[in-house]
Amino acid sequence: MSLDRRSFLGAAALITASPVLFAQAATERRFIFIIQRGAADGLNTVIPYAEPAYASARGALAIDASSALKLDGTFALHPSLTKLRDLYAAEQAMFFHAVASPYRDRSHFDGQNVLETGGAAPYQVKDGWMNRLVGLLPRTGKEAIAFSPAVPMALRGPVDVTTYTPSALPQANDDLMLRVEQLYAKDAQLHAIWSSALDARGMATGGMGGGAARQDSGALGKMAAGFLARADGPRIAMIETSGWDTHSGQNARLASQLKSLDGLIAGLHEGLGAVWSKTVILIATEFGRTVAANGTGGTDHGTAGAAMLIGGAVQGGRIVADWPGLKGSDLQEGRDLKPTLALDALISSACAQTFRLDTDRTAKMLFPSSGQPQAMQRLLRT
Amino acid sequence: MSTPAIALNRFGLGAKPDELLPSNPKSWLLSQLDAYDPLPAPWKMQPRTTALLDTWLTQQRAARQAPEGERSGVREAYLRQGREAYVAAVGARTHSALQSNTPFVERLVHFWSNHFAVSTDKLLVVGLAGGFEADAIRPRVLGRFEDLLLAVVRHPTMLLYLDQAQSIGPRSLAASRAGGGGQQRPRGLNENLAREILELHTLGVRSGYTQNDVTEFARALTGWTLPGDESAAGSATFRFVAALHEPGDRVVLGRTYASGGEQQARSILHDLVTSPATALHIARKLARHFVADEPPAALVQRLADTFSRTDGDLPSLYRELVAAPEAWRPASAKFKSPWDWAISSQRALGRQELPPGQAINLMNQLGQPVWRPGSPAGYDDTAATWAAPDALLRRVEMAQRMATQAGDAVDARSLAPRVLPGAVSEATAGAIARAESGSTALALLLVSPEFLRR
Repeated sequence: MSLDRRSFLGAAALITASPVLFAQAATERRFIFIIQRGAADGLNTVIPYAEPAYASARGALAIDASSALKLDGTFALHPSLTKLRDLYAAEQAMFFHAVASPYRDRSHFDGQNVLETGGAAPYQVKDGWMNRLVGLLPRTGKEAIAFSPAVPMALRGPVDVTTYTPSALPQANDDLMLRVEQLYAKDAQLHAIWSSALDARGMATGGMGGGAARQDSGALGKMAAGFLARADGPRIAMIETSGWDTHSGQNARLASQLKSLDGLIAGLHEGLGAVWSKTVILIATEFGRTVAANGTGGTDHGTAGAAMLIGGAVQGGRIVADWPGLKGSDLQEGRDLKPTLALDALISSACAQTFRLDTDRTAKMLFPSSGQPQAMQRLLRT
Repeated sequence: MSTPAIALNRFGLGAKPDELLPSNPKSWLLSQLDAYDPLPAPWKMQPRTTALLDTWLTQQRAARQAPEGERSGVREAYLRQGREAYVAAVGARTHSALQSNTPFVERLVHFWSNHFAVSTDKLLVVGLAGGFEADAIRPRVLGRFEDLLLAVVRHPTMLLYLDQAQSIGPRSLAASRAGGGGQQRPRGLNENLAREILELHTLGVRSGYTQNDVTEFARALTGWTLPGDESAAGSATFRFVAALHEPGDRVVLGRTYASGGEQQARSILHDLVTSPATALHIARKLARHFVADEPPAALVQRLADTFSRTDGDLPSLYRELVAAPEAWRPASAKFKSPWDWAISSQRALGRQELPPGQAINLMNQLGQPVWRPGSPAGYDDTAATWAAPDALLRRVEMAQRMATQAGDAVDARSLAPRVLPGAVSEATAGAIARAESGSTALALLLVSPEFLRR
């Protein structure tokens, strides 16, 4: 392999399986969906620092209020998210909390399927809501484009999506490396070989992420922006990020993950240039994580989490949350952040407003089985 | 592993997702001995040895006739053409392995091809390697060992690879003519093929033969060469040239072989095949391939006895192996070679084809380039060679790439029990179920301990 393993591991999980998918439509607006695969921890991303139960439930995992980037009297951003803090200050970033898809169990596969298909239950809907969104937009002569080895569920469906993979896209990711390490834990031969491989490469679990992650994710953002900034380019894109399943060693891993995400947004911002003012980026994950820390320095699969809308077209500088509280009695099934905001409503409202589509019709097309979600008003600048 | 999983993975090349589980694993394996197709569709499209040899002979002629300054150009053109033939042949080998419904016999093809290894780091072999496997190995893996050996030794690829084509008896007619004419062609005896037949193909290293046996055998082999390049080769791919043959009786391993042209070396080969050392050598390699790096002595002995009793009837050996309880022990003792791992991974993903260039890159990156073991000993068949840190990292990296390409069209949760029936450990099932995405789950299946071994 000619790949430099150091730089490729430094690229962190964000880049790893970060296929970027594009579809084109006749509109000036750009819509980018960044999926966080693995159930990102909303509570340590958009931190309810003023909530007394936060620090007690999280223990050593709690982000210290003094280092967090305060947004208002209640919420703060993780210290890694400096670019997002700046965009929030510029009223171009907006955060949503205690948000969840209709899915209430805790399987990544099933949860991602619901998030991407827009069904109310896993495998109920056969195509993705992004593909149906493309179908709602006026066609131009050009075929839609996708950047990826495989089309993710959200973009699959009757409307053609061409795929393209940057050949230099790094492939292995930290998340897989960690899982392989766990998988070999009880196999004497493989455990020994694997440990020695990691040692030799100087990439034991502690030493991942860092500056390189941000830099490489920034490059990915700029690359994607290069396509989206063109007048004849695609209008809809999807970027996959992974590595969010932080059952152990969460603080270091999440810091690195969020730094990469922050770098990705910075890269998009820089690369989109003048088009940034017409851009809407939606960031969401399949479900959140437990309120309490587990016994291995991490958190387990939960229910509600955080989502974000970012971009020059976003009416930002706001946090939208019907805060359910973190006391024991406030929690979903006694363990999770209770969902008070429907992710379906956020997605369909953001899409309808981005492309100036009818709100009800968009909701029915994108989330046919979720009834009549309460539309969210004025997410974007008009 | 369960018996169906053993049949599919240890004996076969890995299950395909749509494959029905063999209800009787042993008879499933044995039935393949009748169903095997030596020239399946992917190989049918390849040029045969006669055509490949014709290209080689044409090049030789062109090089000889070309002015001094243009010979290297002729040679380069041949090597380029050879490279194309190699790419196509690797494609045929890969597609056969991916598509085969007789994976046990297909595995035996790979085994024998490696036992009688040629290596394309000798550049003139590059274009001929596929023809060797197609025409010397594939048609004879279900016959007698002696016929297989003879086909190998007489095949132009082997004759060129181990320099037999140029070997000349020092006291042969051709040598004395050349000496008399004062030609500057210092050609003489070449022991390469004779030595490797003794050391690798038949008796095995340190089995009691001496340097003198090697030299005597090499003298007997003189005259075994390619068809002449002045005539169109037609269908012949081998020629015995009496003028190159060393006259006189030969003594090999204490037995005297009367002078008799081509028949002299044939008689030596026949006696080598019937030697107990050869039976033991082949028995040990087969048992090592299918059972364990250090195979059980009792099994090796039974196989060796079968070899001797049946005059090297290969299907009898395979039946003995399938019947052997040692081969059905649940613990997977064999660490898959890169080829095994790559093929079983692709089969598990339901791939029928792989662009040949991709197959070549894949095997290069995994450290086992096709037909390029670097020596006539072939690739080693033990875990010590393949279960290494960097190699394992590469498999993880490749697994991630394959899984990403497959996307979530393949669900690892349902695939795992189909390709490893009754053999998925709790740890692996758990890791797959907890994976944060479909492609991560698939990658984990492909690098799981039970999928890395067979």
